[in-house]
Amino acid sequence: MVIRSNDAEYVEGKETVVTDTEERTSEIPEVERIIVRFAGDSGDGMQLTGDRFTAASALFGNDLATLPEYPAEIRAPAGTLAGVSAFQVHIADHDINTPGDSPGVLVAMNPAALKADLPKVVEHGTLIINSDAFDERNLHKAGYESNPLEDDSLAGYQVISAPMTSLTKEACKDLGVKPRDAERSKNFFALGMVSWLYSRPTRPTHDWIEEKFKGKDLVIAANLAAFKAGDVYAENADLWASRRIVRPAHLAPGTYTNINGNTALSWGLIAGSRQAGIPLFLGSYPITPASDILHELAKHRNFGVRTFQAEDEIAAVGSALGASYGGHIGVTTTSGPGLALKSETIGLAVSLELPLVIVDVQRGGPSTGLPTKTEASDLMIALYGRHGEAPLPVISSSTPADCFFAAIEAVRIAVEYRTPVILLSDGYLGNGTEPWRLPSINDLPEIKVNYLTGPNHVDAEGADEFLPYLRDETLTRPWILPGTPGLAHRIGGIEKDETGNISYVPANHEHMVRTRAEHIARIADSIPPIVPAGDADADVVVLGWGSTRGAITAAVGRIRKKGRKLARIHLRHINPFPPNFGDLLRGYETVIVPEMNMGQLAHEIRADFLVDARSITKIMGQPFTPAELVERIEETIDA
Amino acid sequence: MPETATTTRKDWVSDQEVRWCPGCGDYGILLAVQMAMTELGNKPDDTVFISGIGCAARFPYYMNTYGIHSIHGRAPAIASGLALTRPDLDVWVVGGDGDILSIGGNHLIHAIRRNINLTILLFNNRIYGLTKGQYSPTSEEGKITKSSPMGSIDHPFNPISLILGADATFVARTHDMDRKHMIEMFKRAHDHKGTAVVEIFQNCNVFNNGAYGQITSKGAREEMIIDLHDGQPIRFGAEGRHGVIVEHGVAKVVEVADVGVGALTVHHHDNPDPSVAFALSRLASNPDAPTPMGVFRDFERSEYGSVLNAQIAQAIADKGPGDLDTLLHGLPTWEID
Repeated sequence: MVIRSNDAEYVEGKETVVTDTEERTSEIPEVERIIVRFAGDSGDGMQLTGDRFTAASALFGNDLATLPEYPAEIRAPAGTLAGVSAFQVHIADHDINTPGDSPGVLVAMNPAALKADLPKVVEHGTLIINSDAFDERNLHKAGYESNPLEDDSLAGYQVISAPMTSLTKEACKDLGVKPRDAERSKNFFALGMVSWLYSRPTRPTHDWIEEKFKGKDLVIAANLAAFKAGDVYAENADLWASRRIVRPAHLAPGTYTNINGNTALSWGLIAGSRQAGIPLFLGSYPITPASDILHELAKHRNFGVRTFQAEDEIAAVGSALGASYGGHIGVTTTSGPGLALKSETIGLAVSLELPLVIVDVQRGGPSTGLPTKTEASDLMIALYGRHGEAPLPVISSSTPADCFFAAIEAVRIAVEYRTPVILLSDGYLGNGTEPWRLPSINDLPEIKVNYLTGPNHVDAEGADEFLPYLRDETLTRPWILPGTPGLAHRIGGIEKDETGNISYVPANHEHMVRTRAEHIARIADSIPPIVPAGDADADVVVLGWGSTRGAITAAVGRIRKKGRKLARIHLRHINPFPPNFGDLLRGYETVIVPEMNMGQLAHEIRADFLVDARSITKIMGQPFTPAELVERIEETIDA
Repeated sequence: MPETATTTRKDWVSDQEVRWCPGCGDYGILLAVQMAMTELGNKPDDTVFISGIGCAARFPYYMNTYGIHSIHGRAPAIASGLALTRPDLDVWVVGGDGDILSIGGNHLIHAIRRNINLTILLFNNRIYGLTKGQYSPTSEEGKITKSSPMGSIDHPFNPISLILGADATFVARTHDMDRKHMIEMFKRAHDHKGTAVVEIFQNCNVFNNGAYGQITSKGAREEMIIDLHDGQPIRFGAEGRHGVIVEHGVAKVVEVADVGVGALTVHHHDNPDPSVAFALSRLASNPDAPTPMGVFRDFERSEYGSVLNAQIAQAIADKGPGDLDTLLHGLPTWEID
């Protein structure tokens, strides 16, 4: 077997960084972008494989976007269509917004993966297949009547078929690894092949394997051997003609990291806590796809972060509210079903007027719905899903990295306006990644905290007094920490007057309900006006919120390239809307709203502004692709 | 813990008119809590009462302390978040049997197993009062109420058994007819580090009058209340003529004359094995038999908030205080010029 010079370095030590990538790839045809989809059984390690390919591409300098897709079951029946787990990554030498329309390359580790994902692959695409898995049993489980590797059904594709399982075992046979264990490294064989084919630097994967499996020398050896065997196999198997390279993208100068939305959101909460100068408390109950925020924050106790895994969703939000009452930033993280359970406590937070951040990483609903698939169908429950008149601010994040800034904004509004805030993310944002140019922490917004420490009013006789619900010009009440001398008082969910004490006076209730609503509405004064993107003289605007931003941006760009004028608005603030929003919308002839729901924002636009918003909807547990949006936006305009 | 202060009962009385029904047992409990507070040397400004919903849950409005009258059942959860972030405060939870054992039962048992520093006062009147008289999770089987016209089918909780089953480090029982005993129990519960629960037999004179009359009325107490004293044989009745023996996990009432004092079970509230306390809690499943009062268990186990704060201190010692810029650079990064 041929060992390339750079491979020798890996064996000898880690001090040499990969410097020869440029050199050894100089002959390889360049492409602007590729979309690779890794698909296999949920036990095959496809998420990890995709993640490593992504990391290597990020370090290589590509722009990228990822879409992990996996079943809800930890181990769905092996070899079945239901058990297929996939990871799609789009890498490019230019700025991109989405994981792409259709993969050009499909890595299929078994017949089920091929069956499930072949329809997604572009015409004449490349299929990299583990032929060892195509035995009668697996073919039968996937519903194939004949072996697609042997009949003509894959004739339209470029098929690279490799006996990955047996070659991995072979590569590991002298290492003292049991064959059964060796087999588990076959995903690294696949990664080795794909890394060679697309000229990815191998060093980051080597380093990662050694770090990740530290102390498990046999696992390290097996994974490295499999990875190298895949790389060598590809090189020797006459695949030179298929080799491509995607050059680094010309992104803005800076330091980049590849980030997913849940991590960015966690860091944003920590940043919000830093900007406000008060500690963070997270009350949370594990739920897909939000649990990773709990995991991430639990790592950062040295920031003074208190994470509390509560007994249920209700205790999670209750404990967060208790923490806010005590002067911390109370946060609770969940997904749709959990938001429903928290509803009553959020109503209490509206009544108590205390800061609280509720993060909903949305998934397909109702009920258990599609726990591992994305959807944006919790807008209405966020806006209205409480008893009584209980308005609260609702904001959304629009890209994985944007989750960082959205979290800071949620903390800002909650702390400065003493109100619960719902931040909507979704599974696609939470698990998807993108390169993020790290911000300077000096540029982060300031968050002002004022605890009341003494009397805030003078009574009719001229004596100092203290009114817990006396409001400032934004109609915000003071935040009073228990323990403050002289300010002991009681608050509660029963209607109250300025003193915080119970009041059943009819006119007081109407006053309080209207005041609470006006309080939330006035938050708009702190929101910058919208400046639409795209053509200033367009008659048509495409309006979005949440994770559709990438697909809408790409689609609007493509349509404009064809010569049609289009404007684009993407909302961060959904309640209250930015101050100029209504006027702006009324200035367009056509407002088109793509959403991953049945048209919830469109409904809201119609109700609030009497604007004839046109919906484009998709409820398949998958994000829009730019191509389908182009088609549907054009259809809508031409209708 | 807050520093001690000299207060009078008046310092603990809020300006709100108390609105329980005349004759309600809650009045006596309120007074006893206020007196316990002065005796403890607590400061109103460092004290927080958190309640859920129900008659008992109006309690915070009547205390001149910080307080939240929250939502049904959730007081232990809200109080947990407060206690974990503000260990400097003295956090109390007040609720009835419906609030704490029914809709909030889950939060009760989880607060207890975590051993968060809370003092929980469980007003047990064995009825829903504020909703006007439905059976509660502690109502006896067969009870005729508005929602059980043919008699309740529900088997009731034995609160002390439930609380011990959740691995409580402190649980005591008292009743609304004995102010001195209530004050003592509240003080003991307050001084316990961890979750302390006090079950208070409380009379609802409107919807369940006399629920505990057979044991708490003046004439009945001597023969029907078994006072638990740490380190002493369990005896009750005139001249201590009855006693209790716990054998093979079962408690039974005996005559001292028959068995001798030496045969009686000696009560140790800090017994690491909760099974004796559990057996005592099973002695009377209804208030029609001799019923133990006092501290069933007062045992030390690590308190959640202390460990949480120790973890924070440890993390800071190990990694240094959190630095946001370092955090943002914590995953692999690359430079673009």
